[in-house]
Amino acid sequence: MIPSLPRPAWLRAGTALYLVAFLVFLFLPLITVAVFAFNDAAYPAPPWHGFTLDWFLGNEAKARTGLFGDEELLGSIWTSFEVACAVTLLSVVIGTTNAFLMERGRFWGKQALSVMMLAPLVIPGVILGISILAFASRVADVLNDTFGLELDFLRPGLPLVVLGQFSYIAAIATLTISARLKRFDRTLEEAAYNLGASRPAVLWTVTLPYLRPALIGSAAIAFLMSFENFNTTLMLVGADSPLTIMMYGRMREGATPVLNAVSLFLMVASAVLALSLLRRSGPREG
Amino acid sequence: MDDTAGPAWQRRLMVGLLLAPALLWLFALIVLPHVDLALLSFRERTAPRQYVTSIAQYRTFFGEPLYWHIFVRTAVMSVISTVLTLLIAFPVAWTIAKLARGRLGTLLFIVCLIPFWVSETVRTLGWMILLRESGVLPGILVHLGLTAVPVELLYHDATILVGLVYTSLLFMVVPLVSSLESLDNSLIEAAYDLGGNGLSILRQIVIPHALPGITAGCIVVFMLTLGNYLTPTLLGGTSSQWFTEQIYTQFITRFNWEQGAAFGFLLLALSTSMVWLGLKLSGQRFSDVMRRT
Repeated sequence: MIPSLPRPAWLRAGTALYLVAFLVFLFLPLITVAVFAFNDAAYPAPPWHGFTLDWFLGNEAKARTGLFGDEELLGSIWTSFEVACAVTLLSVVIGTTNAFLMERGRFWGKQALSVMMLAPLVIPGVILGISILAFASRVADVLNDTFGLELDFLRPGLPLVVLGQFSYIAAIATLTISARLKRFDRTLEEAAYNLGASRPAVLWTVTLPYLRPALIGSAAIAFLMSFENFNTTLMLVGADSPLTIMMYGRMREGATPVLNAVSLFLMVASAVLALSLLRRSGPREG
Repeated sequence: MDDTAGPAWQRRLMVGLLLAPALLWLFALIVLPHVDLALLSFRERTAPRQYVTSIAQYRTFFGEPLYWHIFVRTAVMSVISTVLTLLIAFPVAWTIAKLARGRLGTLLFIVCLIPFWVSETVRTLGWMILLRESGVLPGILVHLGLTAVPVELLYHDATILVGLVYTSLLFMVVPLVSSLESLDNSLIEAAYDLGGNGLSILRQIVIPHALPGITAGCIVVFMLTLGNYLTPTLLGGTSSQWFTEQIYTQFITRFNWEQGAAFGFLLLALSTSMVWLGLKLSGQRFSDVMRRT
């Protein structure tokens, strides 16, 4: 069971075998996707027809649309990027104000509020999506009927997608940032006050630098969760599709290996993001 | 910021300023939309722009076997998927927390996390290429002589389960590892010295200690599985019969928002009651469980 206890050889071998099988299970789909991005065939399926970069570089002259020639796909990556930036900014700012509110503030109903802040995490994404869709439409209808205002951002489209994703990603940012603020040593702030620093100066030079790892970490998580969100986005999306929705649509139709190419691009991008985060937190938290 | 310094009005102003965005977020995006969804589910359209309050939407759900069959099926498949995920993840979490030492454990943990930094869409694409009739695994089966012709491995219930378990593993491994790491090895040694065997130590020492982690993992996995849309529809095809798909159909395809809202509420009720049940059974508080994950 544990290293200090005798373990029979069959158990050791069994454990090792199990781990290998588990890792194969984990990585098989990803490796398959990556490999077939380079297959010289019209569909991402065996047999292997030889190596090609067409699914990245292909253009009309080659009668194949590669990733870098596929305007629609590139556009959807850009859409996802814009949405993710907006969600990240909103979530980190609100996450920070929430963290200060919950860790420093004293007010009536704090306990109830802290439970409410966790609620978005246990509501299925599809339901967050439809409830925000229905509510935004009702507000838009009321405003239209009473004031004659036509507010497009309340109709399905990217602003609603941002709000929908933000509604639960903010809860995650709040948790991450609160956890670090809780461990903050308040005497550091008091020392700064005693030395004559003003409130904004203390916040800017003492507290926020301390929170930096949590701010960066929650920004990365928010960006990634927004970029990869599917359920909530599906319900709120308008004419411009973010990448996940675009890929889903094409996967249902049976797409060319250009989807493998864009997937490989995503894998590399998230690996870079993950590694840079690990390097950052590595030396300090080990 | 600071509730111990400064005059009272300043403190109150600060709390007010911080409270405003929090309340705006929770009420405008969570509370009011759900109240609205509830109201929507309890009305019926009698003529264009004419509505009456009724329970017709819920009656349709219970009266139409197709709907509640899909509902029950989704719930049962989610339970099976959660149990499978727990069984598969536990030995891995145990190895990371107890067997692998130092850097090896950390490395193994990171390796387990990597696939989950990649979008679910990408992972599902991988499974589709592997499992479809013209795909990799059927080809290998023919090559090995196990089947005469390529078999279609997509569009089965088992395929959906593979996809769901795969997607959920991370959310089980992480809380399990953190709860197993806090288990003192000397307890296991003591139990062993007192004559315990693998099974009794697992049942009487390990599982009671890891119960918070097991609960947290199961709650999150169940909820995510129940609310999943992508994996069942792509790996199960037209036969997936997943409840979120019904919600989508009512809301987006048929534009029957009243019916869709009722379906949404039923799914929310199921999800919430399972979360509540999990907490009750393990005697834990909601906020502790969520912080764990």
